[in-house]
Amino acid sequence: MAGPSLMDSFFQRSLDDLIKGIRLCLPGGEAAFIAKSVDEIRREIKSTDSQTKATALQKLTYLHSLHWVDMSWAAFPAVELSSSSVHSHKRLALLSASLSFNPTTDVILLLTHQLRKDFSSSNPHDVSLALSTLSSISTLDLSRDLTPELFILLNSSKNFVKKKAIAAILRVFEQYPEAVRVCFKRIVENLESSDMGVLSAAVGLFCELTVREPRSYLPLAPEFYKILLDSRNNWVLIKVLKIFAKLAPLEPRLAKRIVEPICEHLRRTGSKSLAFECVNTIVTSLSEHEPAVKLAIMKIQEFLLENDPNLKYLGLQALAVVAAKHSWAVLENKEVVIKSLDDVDVNIKLESLQLVMAMVSEDNLAEICKVLISYALKSEPEFCNEILGSILSTCSRNFYEVIVDFDWYVSLLGEMSRIPHCQKGDDIETQLIDIGMRVKDVRLELVHVARGLLIDPALLGNPFIHNVLSAAAWLSGEYVEFSRNLLELMESLLQPRTCLLPSPIRAVYIQSAFKVLTFGVYSFLSTGDDASYPSELTDFVLKEDFQESSETVTSAPISGADLSNGLNPRSSHPSAGNGEDPVIAHEQTSSASSKKQQLTQKSVMDLVNLVEVNLGPLAGSHEVEIQERASNILGMIGMIKPRIHSSMDESEGDRIKRELRASGMMKLMFDAFSEELGPVSVSAQERVPIPEGLVLKESLSDIEAICDHIKLPISSSFSLVRSHSLNNATTIHEHPSKEEYEPSSESTSLLAEHRKRHGIYYLSSENKVMISDDYPPALELKDQAIDEAEDLVKLTKQSLDLRKKRNQAKPRPVVVKLDDGEGAHIVVKKPQLKDDLISGAVREVLLGNEAASSSSNKAIKKREKNELNIDRPESNITMTSTVASEPGNASSRHKLRISGKEKKRSSSGKEKKEHDHKHNQKSDRIHAKHKSRQRADGTLNVAAQSPVIPDFLL
Amino acid sequence: MIRGVIVMNDRGKPRLVKFYEFQPAEKQQELIRSIYRVLCSRAENVSNFVKVDSLFGPDVRLVYKTYATLYFVFIFDSSENELAMLDLMQVFVEALDKCFSNVCEIDVVFNFNKVHTILDEFILGGQVLETNSSEVVKTVEEISKFFLPPQLCVCLISFRYSYGYDLLFYAGSRGLQIQSWAVHQFLAGSGDSIFIALVTSFITILC
Repeated sequence: MAGPSLMDSFFQRSLDDLIKGIRLCLPGGEAAFIAKSVDEIRREIKSTDSQTKATALQKLTYLHSLHWVDMSWAAFPAVELSSSSVHSHKRLALLSASLSFNPTTDVILLLTHQLRKDFSSSNPHDVSLALSTLSSISTLDLSRDLTPELFILLNSSKNFVKKKAIAAILRVFEQYPEAVRVCFKRIVENLESSDMGVLSAAVGLFCELTVREPRSYLPLAPEFYKILLDSRNNWVLIKVLKIFAKLAPLEPRLAKRIVEPICEHLRRTGSKSLAFECVNTIVTSLSEHEPAVKLAIMKIQEFLLENDPNLKYLGLQALAVVAAKHSWAVLENKEVVIKSLDDVDVNIKLESLQLVMAMVSEDNLAEICKVLISYALKSEPEFCNEILGSILSTCSRNFYEVIVDFDWYVSLLGEMSRIPHCQKGDDIETQLIDIGMRVKDVRLELVHVARGLLIDPALLGNPFIHNVLSAAAWLSGEYVEFSRNLLELMESLLQPRTCLLPSPIRAVYIQSAFKVLTFGVYSFLSTGDDASYPSELTDFVLKEDFQESSETVTSAPISGADLSNGLNPRSSHPSAGNGEDPVIAHEQTSSASSKKQQLTQKSVMDLVNLVEVNLGPLAGSHEVEIQERASNILGMIGMIKPRIHSSMDESEGDRIKRELRASGMMKLMFDAFSEELGPVSVSAQERVPIPEGLVLKESLSDIEAICDHIKLPISSSFSLVRSHSLNNATTIHEHPSKEEYEPSSESTSLLAEHRKRHGIYYLSSENKVMISDDYPPALELKDQAIDEAEDLVKLTKQSLDLRKKRNQAKPRPVVVKLDDGEGAHIVVKKPQLKDDLISGAVREVLLGNEAASSSSNKAIKKREKNELNIDRPESNITMTSTVASEPGNASSRHKLRISGKEKKRSSSGKEKKEHDHKHNQKSDRIHAKHKSRQRADGTLNVAAQSPVIPDFLL
Repeated sequence: MIRGVIVMNDRGKPRLVKFYEFQPAEKQQELIRSIYRVLCSRAENVSNFVKVDSLFGPDVRLVYKTYATLYFVFIFDSSENELAMLDLMQVFVEALDKCFSNVCEIDVVFNFNKVHTILDEFILGGQVLETNSSEVVKTVEEISKFFLPPQLCVCLISFRYSYGYDLLFYAGSRGLQIQSWAVHQFLAGSGDSIFIALVTSFITILC
């Protein structure tokens, strides 16, 4: 054993050597070097020589702390070395313990004895080292076992030790709340200490405790108040202010009391940190006191005008806090705030942005947004998006409550998506669609904005706004009746550059094209019918005057002209050539609000051809969504095209037949699309009743077997559909109706078979969703599908209707809101158990202890008093004995009482309140006696007036 | 409460890492990396505060300051005053400066333990205990008296091994007893380093 150990010790690398070695390492070689050193350390640390061991541990600690080498295996050597009589070794060992031990390290318990020994060491540095170790590795066991020793240290004659003991006890309280009962009084006594270090530590401790649960510390308000008046130490004052910031909201009379001293400090102090703390306390907790707030805002103004960016930043932060209650404060500093948007410091910019948004009201929204957008345009991408994000969130807040002019807002959204750095596509998309659904009156403008976005081919190249484009496409399809020029719209939906879009968005484009086409053809057919076929098919058509349809003639050539410019849709405006601008033509139609755009046969044919040519290739797309939608449209075109073609030159009988069929189908399609979509509540799904007999939690483990079984048929039917759709695209003119249902028959039969075999996984067939075995003709099949869709729409509508009506009384454009489920969920944060325990114990000590003991256990009280009286004057040694017996007794007694009390608490809160209240009154009296020298007159009267919260003030 | 103190250089290498609540090694590494990313992206002459909600949760703030090649970083929560933290950082650097006379990165690199000792005198368990750098320097100097000067270490070790480790216990020679007594006195903190050096060299000559 001595062999390697001796060599290791003699030639052991010191920490300096190790560091030098690491520094000399070539890049990349560091890890290998460290691994080698750890191997060395593993050997060295086993040495019996404490110096060698210490050096090894020191090196390992260094590697652990700064190179994150695992040292959990070296926990025991650290414990071993901590018992060394050599202070430097002890220090190394305890440093390594505090840096590397975690709450689950099992050897922590072995330290208990050593720490206890160190606590009673005559060397203050030993004691302080032990205290600092305890505070970093405290566990429940450690805290419980060492509480008696800490109790002694709290009364140490050396302030150096005392203040460290006070600081360390916070961790002990956290781990072991029972310790509060033992030590609390001693800590309170230290609030009157004349030593700044001790006082500062005690106030700091209370600050920590108060932040967690303020109410328990109200009884100590007089002590804190005294410090607030007397202390001249900024650190102490800052901490006391922090405490009062938490206490003042609980007790209005306390707030009244402290406001003057705080203002005094604010006026007097030259220290920025204290001034800032005063401001902070006033704006957070004393915002009802007008003069104080004014003073604070004056100070904030000073901060804002300073050159120091820190002060400016903190000033803005404080201003943001004030803004919630005193918005005039921000308006007063408007200039500085807006100027700060241009600051070099991102922090300051963000703060001022927040403040600017806090200033927003209905009146200045447009102005502020204009300013912000101009800032957004010239800032770097990150901040630009911050601006856009905060505009979006502010404007959409609470269902767009600040917005009066939705037309303006919608065009602002369009403008925002065109800003080069804009990455807020998702939000803009959501809002565009949301507004479309909620606000009826703005749809015309929405469609206009959407058109602007769609016809710009350049936008397609920017992936960040693809989502916005998706919303635009959806809007112009959904609200196509507001569109000015269907051909132009269709052109932009089908432009070649749409291949740059991701497929889900492209599918939206195609679906919108479908809606546009349906609308165009339908309105053409219905107007045409108006003249020649006043049959029941046209009854549903909005009555259109013949005069107006004659206007069609004037607008028709313009559409034609647009089409001829089709390749460059943007140029349609200037190059329309005709004296009449499409806009004018449109104004006529739009003035007849719900009136549709009129189309001639030629323009409809152009429209249909355009779609056919563009979508033809997509029927073979590999993306299911695209392929399916394209096929749908092509299928429909197949059916309607002959009708449009044949308007003139076909025999009457044929024509009527086709007419009836095409018009009927178009009506159905049109109706399906014209059903209005409303917003859906987040909780809508939950309100759908679960059908009877549906077992949701049934184990589906055997479904795999079924899936295995069905795999082949599925894939084959899939390919069938595919090939069919290709077929469909090419042969569509020949047998449109037959082709339509063949594949579906195939799959339905499969489904039926499947159902027969695995009936248990199907819903009962009452829902008529299930398929019968005789195949309906294509038209009816579609009919049924539409019916279902309609049913669904109706269902959702019914579920929404009630709420809709309730919300519709508003002066500005109606914004549809749903009552429930749309608000954010409020998560109630429960206070932490440990904190609860601490404060419970504190209450016990501050309020309950004296009262209880005075009333019931006179003997115990007597003894306690004796002990307390003895404690103070006597020397450490005698105290140890008395105290050692005391905490045990006291805590066991308390334990009993607490368990009883806890039960009561849980049984009824009211009772507890009364109980506490009694305690409060009693303790108040005792306090009054106790502090009678400091107390002003009349306190007892006040306490009598307001029985619930006792007056703790001086 | 102060949640952590980090000193790192301008290339993101940590020089002092102290968290007052236990953080696993991986987490520490990740935190330091993300803090460094934020810090090195900040220009000069801007405010010293950084939002770290995403790293430490709400209510936690970070203040940093650059001294030469080093970033000093304090992470703290709402029970500390922001400007006071800046002051404390200044005092901490002052103390380092006094202890190492004109502190630079190298001093911090090679005095791992001493820097920790200095920090522990300022902050205990996340609470500020001392705000006066001279007090701390005084205490730290007292503590460092307990540490053997490196030369003396070498002297002692070589002495021990050149005459056999066990000799110290079995030889019973007067000189060795004196020596071990002197070493013990010194290590227990009541001796003087010059005194022990004298004794040691005296014995070396004797033997």
